[in-house]
Amino acid sequence: MAMFLLRRLGLMILTLWILSLIVFFAGQILPGDPGRAILGPFATQNAVQSLDHTLGVDRPLLSRYLSWLGGLLHGDFGTSYTYRTAVEPFVRAALINSVKLAALAFVIVVPLGIIGGVIAALYSGRAVDRVISVSGLSLAAMPEFVTGIVLIVIFGVELKVLPVTASAGAGAGVFNQFRHLILPAIPLILILFGYIARMARAGTIEALNSDYARTAVLKGLPQTTVIRRHILRNSLLPTITVIATQTGYLIGGLVVVETLFNYQGIGNLIYKAAQAKDFAMLEAGVLVIGVVYVLATLAADLLLIALNPRLRTGVSSD
Amino acid sequence: MTDISADAGGAAPLEPGGPLSSLPGAGGPVVIVAAPQRVATARWRLLLNRPTFLVGAAIIVFWVVCAIFGKSFAPYNPLAQNLLANNAGPSGAHWFGTDQLGRDVLSRVIAGARIILIITPLATILGTILGTALGLAMGYLGGTFDLITGRLVEAVLALPFVIIAFLFIVALGPSPRSVIIIIGLVFTPLIARTVRAAVLAERHLDYLSSARLLGESPVRIMFGEILPNVMPAILVEFTVRLGYAVFAVATLSFLGFGVQPPTPDWGSDVAANYSTLLAGYWWQTLFPVLAIASLVTAVNLITDSIEQVLNA
Repeated sequence: MAMFLLRRLGLMILTLWILSLIVFFAGQILPGDPGRAILGPFATQNAVQSLDHTLGVDRPLLSRYLSWLGGLLHGDFGTSYTYRTAVEPFVRAALINSVKLAALAFVIVVPLGIIGGVIAALYSGRAVDRVISVSGLSLAAMPEFVTGIVLIVIFGVELKVLPVTASAGAGAGVFNQFRHLILPAIPLILILFGYIARMARAGTIEALNSDYARTAVLKGLPQTTVIRRHILRNSLLPTITVIATQTGYLIGGLVVVETLFNYQGIGNLIYKAAQAKDFAMLEAGVLVIGVVYVLATLAADLLLIALNPRLRTGVSSD
Repeated sequence: MTDISADAGGAAPLEPGGPLSSLPGAGGPVVIVAAPQRVATARWRLLLNRPTFLVGAAIIVFWVVCAIFGKSFAPYNPLAQNLLANNAGPSGAHWFGTDQLGRDVLSRVIAGARIILIITPLATILGTILGTALGLAMGYLGGTFDLITGRLVEAVLALPFVIIAFLFIVALGPSPRSVIIIIGLVFTPLIARTVRAAVLAERHLDYLSSARLLGESPVRIMFGEILPNVMPAILVEFTVRLGYAVFAVATLSFLGFGVQPPTPDWGSDVAANYSTLLAGYWWQTLFPVLAIASLVTAVNLITDSIEQVLNA
């Protein structure tokens, strides 16, 4: 068990290190000359050089990478090219906003997806199953801004029942904030529903065909007990993994949803940084997202082990 | 799309039936690979009997016609501005209304089919070619090469797609070409993973030992012997990826990373006009959005039918 945790942590650090290399490569090497990229083709060479010097990007690559990495380890995410102040407060505020939106989406979609998948499995092959499976799959393939626009047109413009901007304004109460987040959360929910329901359905069908499920039915347990005690516990294991990997997708979805609904979250922060060629902000945002994703994967692994005793021995032996 | 499968099944027998057919051991495969051709034709017929496939194909054909001939039957020039008639709702003169610059939304939706229908297949083909080559090499060569590329693939997969696209498009500059390259490169490891798994299933079969004994080069074995046999897996992967590519292309162009205005394009037209939703000008964004939704649905209907037929 301890070995397994150590190995997981090691892999995690390795992934983060590769991530930092990719981010550094894309943010600092690919643009060529950041000063030129920011000032545009008509700036004088002198102005470009002086900006490069201010930003510290005229130093050798290796020393830039090491000082950037060293800064990260001390919690220093660098200085924004646009605002000329530390990046960290912007990233922190944006992350908190995004977590609120993502948490709302997850709290709604996880039970909904699981229930949908289990129902589809219990009526496997019948009309209910086809409706849940096909609509789930089609919705999962719709870009968020497509469902988002349709929702805005219906609920915001025609019916006028829900606010179409995500931010409730400073000092708004919890309920008001929640009301503003409903519409932005729905496109995320629609996409995740298909994936979660599909996994829950597959897991449940497998569990339904197992010997222990047959034994439970034959020994006369009521159907609800069989489903709750025997089917669900086994069928939810793969679903948990899918939920964790969907965190990665969710962050991509946040970029679109936060842009569409003008919400000051991490996706919007990265998008604006990308447009303004604020590479320091962009790198910090992407790295934070990478950390969140890696942590989510780790949490899913730990949860799986807690739920499934077989995995404990399974992993410690390899 | 399924034409390719029929072709692949048909092309395979030519190889062993050619110069090698007189050699011992080459007689077997000819009989075995002759069957897929008949299977492919039967599957093609099964596919044509599925209503979901026909609906999906009809939608795609409709948009392809719009993309090629749209200019000749669109009611207006999609670029022509008429500031005196801007923000006009749907009417007899403008079925889908006009946008902020007074351009006809219907004409822009028709002409906008072109960009997404060019970028999506090209990006998917690029990813499929690179991914197939990488997957064949990973699966057949194995060993250290497989191990190292495997780690790299995992690291790339750990990043959300949009984020990778962001980093690289900002660096490369927004353009349809950047979008094709980025999506192709992101698809490469995903497709490589599928191809690698398919290759591993083939690796210990007799025809490969025979080919090795005949002294064929690794490159010839990978592309001449294994490739035709893993073609069905690649085809399914291609259609699945095509669906994701529509999603990705539409998203990137909505974010302003694809084709630049004033070229008509569904995603960037939505981006240019969604701020007017609050003023009630819903037609400027709803119609391009519905066009994207129809294309996504069509590709998924086709993918779903192909999977059902191949699994049947």
